Amino acid sequence: MRRASAGTWLAAGTILSSQLLIATAIAQTAGSEDLLKMQANAANVVMPTITYDNQRYSALDQINAQNVGKLQVAWTFSTGVLRGHEGAPLVIGDVMYVHAPFPNTVFALDLNNDGKILWKYEPKQDPNVIPVMCCDTVNRGPAYADGKIFLHQADTTLAALDAKTGKLAWSVKTGDPSKGETGTSAPMVVKDKVYVGVSGGEFGVRGWVAAYALADGKQIWRAYSEGPDSDVLLDPQKTTDLGKPVGADSSPKSWQGDQWKIGGGDTWGWYSYDPTLNLIYYGSGNPSTWNPVQRPGDNKWSMTIFARDADTGMAKWVYQMTPHDQWDYDGVNEMILADQQINGQTVPTLVHFDRNGLGYTLNRATGELLVAAKYDPAVNWTTGVDMNKNSPNYGRPAVVAQYAPGSAGADKNYQGICPAALGTKDQQPAAYSPDTKLFYVPTNHVCMDYEPFRVSYTAGQPYVGATLAMYPPPGQTNMGNFIAWDATTGKIVWSDPEQFSVWSGALVTKGGVAFYGTLEGYLKAVDVKTGKELYKFKTPSGIIGNVITYQHAGRQYVAVLSGIGGWAGIGLAAGLTDPHAGLGAVGGYAALNSYTALGGTLTVFALPSS
Amino acid sequence: MQWVLRVAVAMAAASLVSVGAYAVTDGSGDPSAVKSDDGKWSDKNDNPTFKVEPDGTVDWYTYVGFTRYSSECLRCHGPDGEGSTYAPALMESMKRLSYTDFYAVVASGKKDVSSAQQLVMPANGENKNVMCFIDAIYVYLRARADDAIGRGRPEKHAPKPEGFTKAEDECMG
Repeated sequence: MRRASAGTWLAAGTILSSQLLIATAIAQTAGSEDLLKMQANAANVVMPTITYDNQRYSALDQINAQNVGKLQVAWTFSTGVLRGHEGAPLVIGDVMYVHAPFPNTVFALDLNNDGKILWKYEPKQDPNVIPVMCCDTVNRGPAYADGKIFLHQADTTLAALDAKTGKLAWSVKTGDPSKGETGTSAPMVVKDKVYVGVSGGEFGVRGWVAAYALADGKQIWRAYSEGPDSDVLLDPQKTTDLGKPVGADSSPKSWQGDQWKIGGGDTWGWYSYDPTLNLIYYGSGNPSTWNPVQRPGDNKWSMTIFARDADTGMAKWVYQMTPHDQWDYDGVNEMILADQQINGQTVPTLVHFDRNGLGYTLNRATGELLVAAKYDPAVNWTTGVDMNKNSPNYGRPAVVAQYAPGSAGADKNYQGICPAALGTKDQQPAAYSPDTKLFYVPTNHVCMDYEPFRVSYTAGQPYVGATLAMYPPPGQTNMGNFIAWDATTGKIVWSDPEQFSVWSGALVTKGGVAFYGTLEGYLKAVDVKTGKELYKFKTPSGIIGNVITYQHAGRQYVAVLSGIGGWAGIGLAAGLTDPHAGLGAVGGYAALNSYTALGGTLTVFALPSS
Repeated sequence: MQWVLRVAVAMAAASLVSVGAYAVTDGSGDPSAVKSDDGKWSDKNDNPTFKVEPDGTVDWYTYVGFTRYSSECLRCHGPDGEGSTYAPALMESMKRLSYTDFYAVVASGKKDVSSAQQLVMPANGENKNVMCFIDAIYVYLRARADDAIGRGRPEKHAPKPEGFTKAEDECMG
């Protein structure tokens, strides 16, 4: 009896615990299932990337190419912070969540009551984190799931706030700012996990992406960009690189000694998610230092597109775009997931506009490289990527030594390199319209001189080792373009020149309009087919935020954060000069500070109510 | 390293005497170069200074200052000491900062944090990439403040002094 009894107990216990497990599993995935549904509702903006596929396309069409010229300012809101404002607000039902750079304030605004402040959250952070942030104290916004707002603060605290009250539900420290680790990127939620990455490529920080439990902030996995397979979460046989297994310890083998420990490859960009393949996608940044002579080898897996299992973090495939980076062309820009027709077949593609000036189209299921083409004709550091599958250099860019700093040693000034270190595009995300099948890309049109030299590593101190001078391409005065791109052929369809780099994330709508902001502060609307300007309005400061649209009480709105700063505020505030233009031309390029001044403001637009 | 030793003395002195407000060219007084020690120029008050020849050739240390400034300081203070959206233009600051003031801020940092702004300059005292070249960075910015050199990379510079590489190796470790 005893035994039987024990057996019964055991069986009952098993049933009970599996029921509990099931119940827990349902509770844990509820957030994600909600998010999958919610992101499909164009009235809302439930995630920093708008949708999991990062298309930044809205099915709203009240505002369209015919009437966008009548757009007016509906309301505005000041964040009270002067630094650079990247990212965009979230809109969930009747509430808008607006964030600011350091001190990383978050406001919940009541859309039923002219944006009245429902709550405000301002974390207490040690200001010593400020100078450890590479390029201004930007933050690209919070994420939402399961009734919580997730904020990755400058000091790498991941905070979960009650979306209704702003009260802190839990927080966890994800990194160590005293070693140069900081938080700037937006978290991403998939199922029961929230992913965060780290900034610090200019401080020798080894990059990682970590998954934390939505419920309590417990770390579930952490995948480094560099190091042994167990750190990078690579399977030597199953993880592939252009169709072939990566093999054992692919990362450390590509570095001298243990330099990978301070090797950079930071993960401060955007994340995308394919629910069918259950894969997340993101890119890693520049290898540290900026002096390539000091770190021989391919420096894997910096500058890499990662496809990882959303549950385990294990890498399905990798592709390193810029082996042995010599330019600071971080690979962190967004991965846009779109199903496209290529040679008569529907292919699940991933499209990525890299800092290195190449627009990549890959099969996102397999990691096969389909297209790699320059999306700015000025790009000169490479003659193109080897697309021959039988070549030993398959997938590698052919480097032009003259424009590759370090190729003839350090302490030499390499001149006339295009693009500059800020890339043909930085983190400001592009948009894709399934209507036109075109990508709308905000770009930089800037070249540079680059002199690498010796630098020494101290934890928490800058680890750069290069001098740069930036200027527009020879004979040109526009430092940016807003382009339409066909990713199936790798061709520019149209290109609108801009005086300054376009540092604002784009939005495209079913109404046939593409929106973007400019560094002078204009919100612009252009025709998706021709690029013709349909509307512009000068907001209070330069725009480095991303344009969003949402619908509330039956009316469509367009919103953007202005507030100049970031990388753009460094290079362009004082104006760029061309060291090769000779006397007289110096100062000929207009300084941004003649056009705009600091200050974070949200501007919301709508059509006149009739 | 002579300059560095002198700074310790100068900093101690600065805490006892208030700095005079008489008209000078920059925060350290008259920048005219009067003597050279293996390519390192000093003014009449023994402050490090720049030397620009009539044909635009700059002394070695001004040139090194340009490269190290661009690597270590530009990210916040903008190209050519011109400032950014969130950090001051050092070519302006140098018009009032003495060599001692400059040295103290670079080594110890500075904080100006309020509800209106969050300006934080890190302490670089332990940062070899800065401290091994602090005098070079100083003379470069001094030259910018005094309009002795323009924006961008100095086109011509004096040859590398004999002792430079050895001193650099010793300091960088």
